[in-house]
Amino acid sequence: MTEALTPKAGQLPPRIQRVNPVAFSLSVAVAAFVIWSMTTAGPSPDQLARGLPNIGNILSRMFPPDFERIDRILWSLFQTFQMAIAGCAIGLVLSVPLGILAAEGLSPHPAIRTAARSLIAVFRTVPDLVWALIFVIAVGLGSPAGVLAIAIDVMGFAARFFAEAMEETDKGPREALSALGANRLGMIMSAVLPAAAPSMIATSLYCLEKATRASVVLGLVGAGGIGVELKVAFDLFAYQTAATIILVILILVIAVEQTGGWLRRKII
Amino acid sequence: MNVVAFQQTAPEAAVSPARSGLPAASVRGLSKQFGTGPVIMSGLDLDIHHGSRVAIIGANGTGKSTLIRMLVRLVEPSGGDIRLLGEDVRKLDAPGLKRLRSRVGFVFQRHNLVTRLSALTNVVHGVQSRMSGPRTWTQLLAPREVRAEAMNCLERVGLADKAMARIDTLSGGQSQRVAVARMLMQRPELVIADEPDASLDPKSGEEVMATLAALANEQDATLIFVSHRMEHAIRFSERIVGLGGGRVALDQPSDTVSEAELTRFFHHD
Repeated sequence: MTEALTPKAGQLPPRIQRVNPVAFSLSVAVAAFVIWSMTTAGPSPDQLARGLPNIGNILSRMFPPDFERIDRILWSLFQTFQMAIAGCAIGLVLSVPLGILAAEGLSPHPAIRTAARSLIAVFRTVPDLVWALIFVIAVGLGSPAGVLAIAIDVMGFAARFFAEAMEETDKGPREALSALGANRLGMIMSAVLPAAAPSMIATSLYCLEKATRASVVLGLVGAGGIGVELKVAFDLFAYQTAATIILVILILVIAVEQTGGWLRRKII
Repeated sequence: MNVVAFQQTAPEAAVSPARSGLPAASVRGLSKQFGTGPVIMSGLDLDIHHGSRVAIIGANGTGKSTLIRMLVRLVEPSGGDIRLLGEDVRKLDAPGLKRLRSRVGFVFQRHNLVTRLSALTNVVHGVQSRMSGPRTWTQLLAPREVRAEAMNCLERVGLADKAMARIDTLSGGQSQRVAVARMLMQRPELVIADEPDASLDPKSGEEVMATLAALANEQDATLIFVSHRMEHAIRFSERIVGLGGGRVALDQPSDTVSEAELTRFFHHD
């Protein structure tokens, strides 16, 4: 710290020590952009004034929830959860080798590592609904499209975290196995994966929570699951049935999140 | 009891240096500089005969660890020649280097074990010097004879009763002895130890060094170790090599060297 910025004994230091003109200009520009975005893309006060009563109207028409079709809704919810489980399992299994290829020090070649990282970035950047649309076109309407969309979405998330977890493991055991002449696969399976396992399991549980949440909306674009039921209920103005569907979705998501959280705490 | 061979020539191994009369390790004009940093080593010459026990000593930064790591190319030399167990180390390709490393047991300053796994599984990993595949990854899948040999190695370091204990439940000294058992599982012809007593309390450090020296004595194996403890260097070796100024500054039998002569090699900044 320079002498000029050092407060003298008994004096308070200045709140702002130095204003950088470039940083200040950028801050003003960002603030201006945020205000502009809010005024152009956000709801106007007039729209809010008209919209809030409508929301109240829809909510009032949802109650009491209609449990007449509860059997069908629960079966559909079960299928949705199966879709999440299947997609998550496929995604996680494929994330392990993809994570290894993307991990520094484990990937066989820097070019392979870059390619793996790029693939993961593509999987992660494209939203799951877009993947669902692509797979609906590729394999048709229904849960297979949803399972594939979830698998890709899980890979975009899990492979990155798996790679980071593996990179962060202690290098000592790897060096020891390398020094005794073990091959790369032996080193990864014996030293890296066991050490990264707690972090990878925690990531996997989070992926299951994420996949469960995703599986309920994928039906909106025809990729199977309870989302289809929800869309149909809204299209037919059957708001009480929609309320039942939202309720069971809420229970499923909370149950998966709570179980996942409990397991994570037990493991870590 | 099934006695595990401490020194057993691997099938791919070249003619044993003992039989050929060649030194176990021979270094000529070895030099090392990390990037554009200071020269650590310059023109170092050293011969280590088969079956001998040699302590490498030196003050901080004299390149003790670098020297022994260069022997198996865990650190790449900048220049010079290294012959180890009859192999021209610097000319080896990747498979050749892997074969050489499988014949050399390396004990590190830290135990370098997988702490979440059992002692037995960590020792089973040592068999990867001559086997590969899922049956070498964990004791759960290991063949019966591999498990038996791993148990025998643990017995030899006095830890058979801790076979199923996770490493993170063992003391530092016990963990280092498991690392020695993993090294035994390799059936090495040459043992290199990089300050295996450094991270341990005096009693545990003494135990680990005594275990290593006893095993080397038992099988007449070559032992090269770095130590920062003068008493260990004198007691557990038959020859002391002191590094200084990037070269060998002292090379004497342990029983003829005086503590006064050694003091300058244990000056730490």
